[in-house]
Amino acid sequence: MTFTNQLIQYLINGITKGGIYGLVALGFTIIYKSTDVINFAQGEFVMFGAVMLYTFHHVLHLNLLLSFILAVLVVTLIGILMEVLMIRPLEESSVITQIIVTIGASIFFRGSAMLIWGRNDVFVPFFSSGKPYRIFHAIIDRQYLWILVITLLAMGVLHLFYEKTITGKAMTACAANKKAASLVGINIRTMVVLSFGLSAALGGVAGGVLAPFGMKYDTGVNYGLKGFCAAIVGGLGNNVGAMVGGFVLGIVEELGAGLISSSYRNAIAYSILVLVLIIRPQGILFTKSGERV
Amino acid sequence: MAKWIVEKGKGLYFLLFCVLMLVLPLILRMSEAGDYYLSLMVFAGINSMVVIGLNLLMGYAGQISLGHAAFFGLGAYSSGIVTTRFGLSPLWGFTLSIILNFLIAYLLAKPILKLKGHYLAMATLGLGMIFFVLFNELPITGASEGISVGKLYIFGYNMNSRYLKDINYYYLTWIFTLLLTYFALNIVNSRVGRALRAIHSKELAAHSIGVDISRFKTKVFILSTIYAGLAGSIFAHYSTFLCPVDFGLNYSIRVVTMGVVGGMSSIWGGLLGASVLSILPQFLDIFAEYDILIYGLVLILSVIFMPEGISQKISLCWEKCQKKWFHEV
Repeated sequence: MTFTNQLIQYLINGITKGGIYGLVALGFTIIYKSTDVINFAQGEFVMFGAVMLYTFHHVLHLNLLLSFILAVLVVTLIGILMEVLMIRPLEESSVITQIIVTIGASIFFRGSAMLIWGRNDVFVPFFSSGKPYRIFHAIIDRQYLWILVITLLAMGVLHLFYEKTITGKAMTACAANKKAASLVGINIRTMVVLSFGLSAALGGVAGGVLAPFGMKYDTGVNYGLKGFCAAIVGGLGNNVGAMVGGFVLGIVEELGAGLISSSYRNAIAYSILVLVLIIRPQGILFTKSGERV
Repeated sequence: MAKWIVEKGKGLYFLLFCVLMLVLPLILRMSEAGDYYLSLMVFAGINSMVVIGLNLLMGYAGQISLGHAAFFGLGAYSSGIVTTRFGLSPLWGFTLSIILNFLIAYLLAKPILKLKGHYLAMATLGLGMIFFVLFNELPITGASEGISVGKLYIFGYNMNSRYLKDINYYYLTWIFTLLLTYFALNIVNSRVGRALRAIHSKELAAHSIGVDISRFKTKVFILSTIYAGLAGSIFAHYSTFLCPVDFGLNYSIRVVTMGVVGGMSSIWGGLLGASVLSILPQFLDIFAEYDILIYGLVLILSVIFMPEGISQKISLCWEKCQKKWFHEV
């Protein structure tokens, strides 16, 4: 394999991973915009997406598409319940308290998943069988294509939702200015609940497409944290930024892991996070100043 | 009498607490599993040190850290590396632990503490993860295989002797913990403590009355990392072997949990939270199986129902009792 081929391979892997990170980052962004809460349980939504898909497909023997949809719906419900039971009582609390309750939620979700699905990975079959594709000499797993297609589809649908539907516009208005939004008759409560549901659903989608690679109760943490880096890199609170941040992080991480050392993969991702926070807390895309002082 | 108790209260409570800790091992050793209880108390003390430092940072200065396991680890690995790799006296381990934490915290403080709220949480979390990777990968830390730690000698006295290890470390840990508690209590009730609380409640207001925000934040950050580092060094000698697993995100979150459950804005709360969450799980059998489930639940419920922690509930009760008993107060 020549160097160029290697590079192409890293790029392909990076873009696939980046898509997942982007989805998770979008989840962070949606909740952050509507409530100013960073949801540390975002990664657990990913995990729930995968294990739910496993449950519907493997245990209840439904077909894959139906299972996928049901899995995403269940995760959405979990997200909504989380808002109602844990976030709402702490609406007026300090940032530290809110961060801690979502950390608590994340640990609690992990614990319940361990209880229900055990300590081992669960798998679902690959979405389509067959040999992997080849571009030049780089190998593209079929599931990678699924990941990319479904990720882009989800991002596209989300974009249309925000731009074309009245509910989506109401959410944008709510994120921009809650008071003004409520004055024009938007129900803030509903929008907040909706944003938790939406963000959980995105996590569920990410989990669903990852499920063939195996998922267990604590796998979600890594995706959560990486998605979180992506959200920061792209600029917290911006949908386009979250997607771009996801792809950038995925590609840089893969290139770094491939060209420098794979054991420092995580160090590379988190170094990017810390550097971006120190140098450009507003994210790489935008010039608006972040919250510092 | 009542008035006197209340006025002299704080110092008196501390003294009483010291006496209690002094005689506790004598009681514990009467039991057959005495050494086991002592070892639990050692871990409670070690965690208390970290949590008290963290409370100074989070509860008083209002700056969150989700990466304190890194500083705990720096302390532990300082001791491990100095004694095993270089064969130096453990004293140098403690010294290196302090110096290293001081330097790293000093260098990080300026850029990191500029960030607020969520941004700070993420930056500290990222730093913690970076150190975790380093502990896991660097050859000098023994990478994922870990590193053994030399015995601790104090004036030629072997702390790690076979039969007296637990009691030795009990006293060592709690002497350190009590000293650090005393120091923290004094800081909290001083000019610095008031400045920190001012920063916590409103940075802009604190700044306008002349509190040098960045200097105070830096100071308290460094202090809290040194607390964690010292705890790490003692942990290293007590456990005699270090694995990177002990210094990951889980530990960072555990100490934050301890602080929250005990009460972030109270030094006693830190001590209480750390002790309860270090000891109690060992006595509840269900904890073994469902530990993370219960940990998560405890965290959520305590934040929702007692956001100020157990210590505040206790002090509220105490005030009620005082009113009942001594009407004149």
